[in-house]
Amino acid sequence: MSENSEKFTVTIDGKTIQVDRGTTILNAARQIGGEVVPPAMCYYSSLKGSGGKCRTCLVEVSKGSEKDPRPMPKLVASCSTTVMDGMEVKNKTSERVVDARGGVVEFLLLNHPLDCPVCDQAGECKLQDLAFEHGHSKTRYEFQRREFDKIDIGPYIQLHMTRCIMCYRCVHTANQLTDKREHGVLHRGDAAEIGTFIEKSLENDFIGNVIDVCPVGALTDKTFRFRSRVWYTKPMDASCECSKCSGKAVLWMIGNDIARVTGRKDENGEVTDFICNECRFDKKELSQWKVEGPRKIERSSVISAGHYEQEAPAHTPLLNKA
Amino acid sequence: MSKKLLLEHIDVEGIRSYEVYRKQGGYQAVEKALKTLSPDDLVEEVKKSGLRGRGGAGFPTGMKWSFLAKPDGVPRHLLCNADESEPGTFKDRYLMEKIPHLLIEGMILSSYALGANQSYIYIRGEYMFVMRIVEQAIAEAYANGWLGKNIMGSGFDLDLAITPGAGAYICGEETALIESLEGKRGNPRMKPPFPAVKGLWQRPTVVNNVETIAAVVPIVNHGGDAYAAIGIGRSTGTKLISASGNINKPGVYEIELGLPVEEFIYSEEYCGGIKNGKRLKALIPGGSSVPVLPHYLVCKTAAGEDRLMSYESLADGGFATGSMLGSGGFIVYDEDQCMVRNTWNFSRFYHHESCGQCSPCREGTGWMEKVLHRLEEGHGTMEDIDLLWDIQRKIEGNTICPLGDAAAWPVAAAIRHFREEFEWHVRQPKLCLERNYGLVTEKKFEAQPA
Repeated sequence: MSENSEKFTVTIDGKTIQVDRGTTILNAARQIGGEVVPPAMCYYSSLKGSGGKCRTCLVEVSKGSEKDPRPMPKLVASCSTTVMDGMEVKNKTSERVVDARGGVVEFLLLNHPLDCPVCDQAGECKLQDLAFEHGHSKTRYEFQRREFDKIDIGPYIQLHMTRCIMCYRCVHTANQLTDKREHGVLHRGDAAEIGTFIEKSLENDFIGNVIDVCPVGALTDKTFRFRSRVWYTKPMDASCECSKCSGKAVLWMIGNDIARVTGRKDENGEVTDFICNECRFDKKELSQWKVEGPRKIERSSVISAGHYEQEAPAHTPLLNKA
Repeated sequence: MSKKLLLEHIDVEGIRSYEVYRKQGGYQAVEKALKTLSPDDLVEEVKKSGLRGRGGAGFPTGMKWSFLAKPDGVPRHLLCNADESEPGTFKDRYLMEKIPHLLIEGMILSSYALGANQSYIYIRGEYMFVMRIVEQAIAEAYANGWLGKNIMGSGFDLDLAITPGAGAYICGEETALIESLEGKRGNPRMKPPFPAVKGLWQRPTVVNNVETIAAVVPIVNHGGDAYAAIGIGRSTGTKLISASGNINKPGVYEIELGLPVEEFIYSEEYCGGIKNGKRLKALIPGGSSVPVLPHYLVCKTAAGEDRLMSYESLADGGFATGSMLGSGGFIVYDEDQCMVRNTWNFSRFYHHESCGQCSPCREGTGWMEKVLHRLEEGHGTMEDIDLLWDIQRKIEGNTICPLGDAAAWPVAAAIRHFREEFEWHVRQPKLCLERNYGLVTEKKFEAQPA
C-alpha cells in the first residue's frame, strides 16, 4: 500500500505543491489556491461522476511527468485529469488556455439569455462571474436564442431551462439522492434539456439541494424567487436541531425576516453540508434557528458590497461566536 | 485484378448461408486458431500483420489488443462497432449483409485472442434488416457448434449477442457505445480510464470496427506476414472503400492499400471516372468528418508525389494540404457541386448529432450550422467566414470526444481550400443561388515546418 500513499509533486503556473496520488489537477490547484485555480462550472467535488463537461477548466500540460516529460498535445480538463509526479501545468500563463477558455465562455453564453438584471441568480451566479472575468462585452451570436417554458418541479423548485448551461450537476445530485432515475436529460445536442418524466415533481427530502448546486439561475427557490436581490439580504450562519440533516445552513435575512435558507458554500462555491427540504423551505421563523454570526462572503462579491458590519444584529439573543 | 481478402467469395451464390460459407473455406481460421495457436500467438500474429483500425482512427489493432488489462477473475469483453453512421460510409453494411459469417468468424477469433467469453455486436438501429441477417447467421453458428460452450473441444466458450442502437451517430464513439450498450444515454465518457481498463460494466473492453474484426480471418488463414506483404509501408492489407458521389460506378470496393487515388477514381475496375465527363472539383477520402481536398491536391500531394490510398499518403502535408483515410467513405464532387452548401449540409448533420454534453460542441455546432446556412442563402458577410474559422478553432481539440473535431475539420478544410468560393457567395448573393462556382484556383502551399 506504500504506493498509494506516495506524494506527487505538481507545478501549476510556477507554484509547486505535493499532493496525494490520484488527485486531479483542479483539486491540486485548489490546494494551492488563489489565481492558479481554473474555473469550474460543472465539476462538484461531492457529486460522483460530475465534471468534464463544461470545458472551462481546460489547462495545458506542458510537461507530462518526470518519467515521460512530453507535453500533452491537447488541452485537458483539469477536473478529470489526475496529476503525475513532476507534472507541469499552465493555467493562466498559457495563451492557448486563455484563448480556449474565452471560447468556452462564449459558447456557454451563446444560448444563455443576457438578462441578468431580471434573473434571480444575479449576484451569486457562477456564469456571471466567469463572463465578467473571461468574456467579451459583446456577443457575436446573431441568431435566435433557445427558449423554454418555465416548469415547476414540485411545490418549491422552479426550472427555467432557458438559463441552463447543461452542467449536469442537478442530475448527479438527483441520482445520488434517489435510487430511481427521476431527473435526467431529454433530447440531445443544443435541444437537450433537463427534465423529469412528464413534469413529475421530485419527491425527496434533499431534492432542494439542486437549487444550490445549480451554477446559474435555471433552478430557483420558489419561496424566495423575486422577493429580493441577493445583495439586499444579509447572510447569517445558523444552525438548527434537525433529525434529517446537519442543520448547518445560511439564513439570508431582510431585516428580521428570513428570506431564504441555503446550504453553506466553501470558497469554491460548493455546498459543504447538504440540507434537507424542511430546513430549506419550511423553517422561515428566526426562533427555529440558532444564529452563529454573519457569513463571511468574499470581498469581491457583490453580496458583500459594504452593507453589513461585523457585529451581529441586536435581535439575535442566541448569538454564539464559536 | 487486385487481391481480395474480405470480399473474395462475395459473388458466390448463397454465401450468406452457413453451408455455402463453410464450403468456401469458412471457419477454417477458427479451426486453425483454436487447434494450433494460443491467444498470445494470435495477438502476435495480428501485430505482425500491421492491421490498423478500419473505423477511422487507424490505430494499430495488435497494439490496442495488447493494451487490454487482464486482471484475475474479471471478465473481459469484445465489442464490435457496427454503428456505421459516418456520412459517406457504407462498407460495414455491405459486409454484414452479404457475408455475415465472416464477421462472426472474426468475432470468434478476436474474442479468443482477447480471452473474452461474452462478446457483443452493437449495430445501428437503421440497419434493422442487416441485424436480422446477422442474427440468423449467429443462430446458424450456434447450431453448428461455432459458438457456445467448449467450441470445437478446445475448452473456449463464447457467447455472441447483438444489440441494436437507436440511431445516434454519437454511439459510434466507443465509450458512448459502451454507455448505450449498458442501457444508458449514449454520452461519451471521460477518458481516462480507457475502455481497455474500464469499459463495459467497468470491465476491460476492446471495441473494434466490423471490418477490423473481419480482417482477422484472412490474417489467421494466410499468416500475419503474408497480410503485411500486401499494401504499402505501414498501411498493410486491404481496405473496403465506400465510393459515392459524382462517379460512374459508386459502390463498395476492396482495394490493396497503396493504390493510386487517380487509378481508383478513373480506372474502369473501380469508380470509372467522373460522371457525364465533368471535371473533378473536390474529394473527401474518408467520410464526412475528414478534411476535403481540392482538385489539385487529389491525385498529387503538395510535394508533387502521387497521392496513394494509404493512411500516410492521404495524410501527407497534415491538414494544410492533406486529409485522412478515415473510414474509407470516398466522396467525389464534380465541378457542379457547391462547397458552401456541402459544408453546411455536414454542419447540419453534426449539429443534429451532437450529444450536448460538453459546451463547445453543443453550442458551436449549431452556431456553425446557422452561419453556414446564412452564407449559403446569400445573406453572409466576409466577417462570417472569419467567424466560422474562429468557431471551428475553438471547438477543435477542446471537447470530450472526437465529434467536436469531426464537426470542425470539414469546416476548416472548406475555408482553407475553398475560401474564394465562400467569398464569391458573399459578393454574389443572387448569383450563388442560380449557379455554382466551379473549380477553385490552385494555391501554392509552402512546405510545412516539421
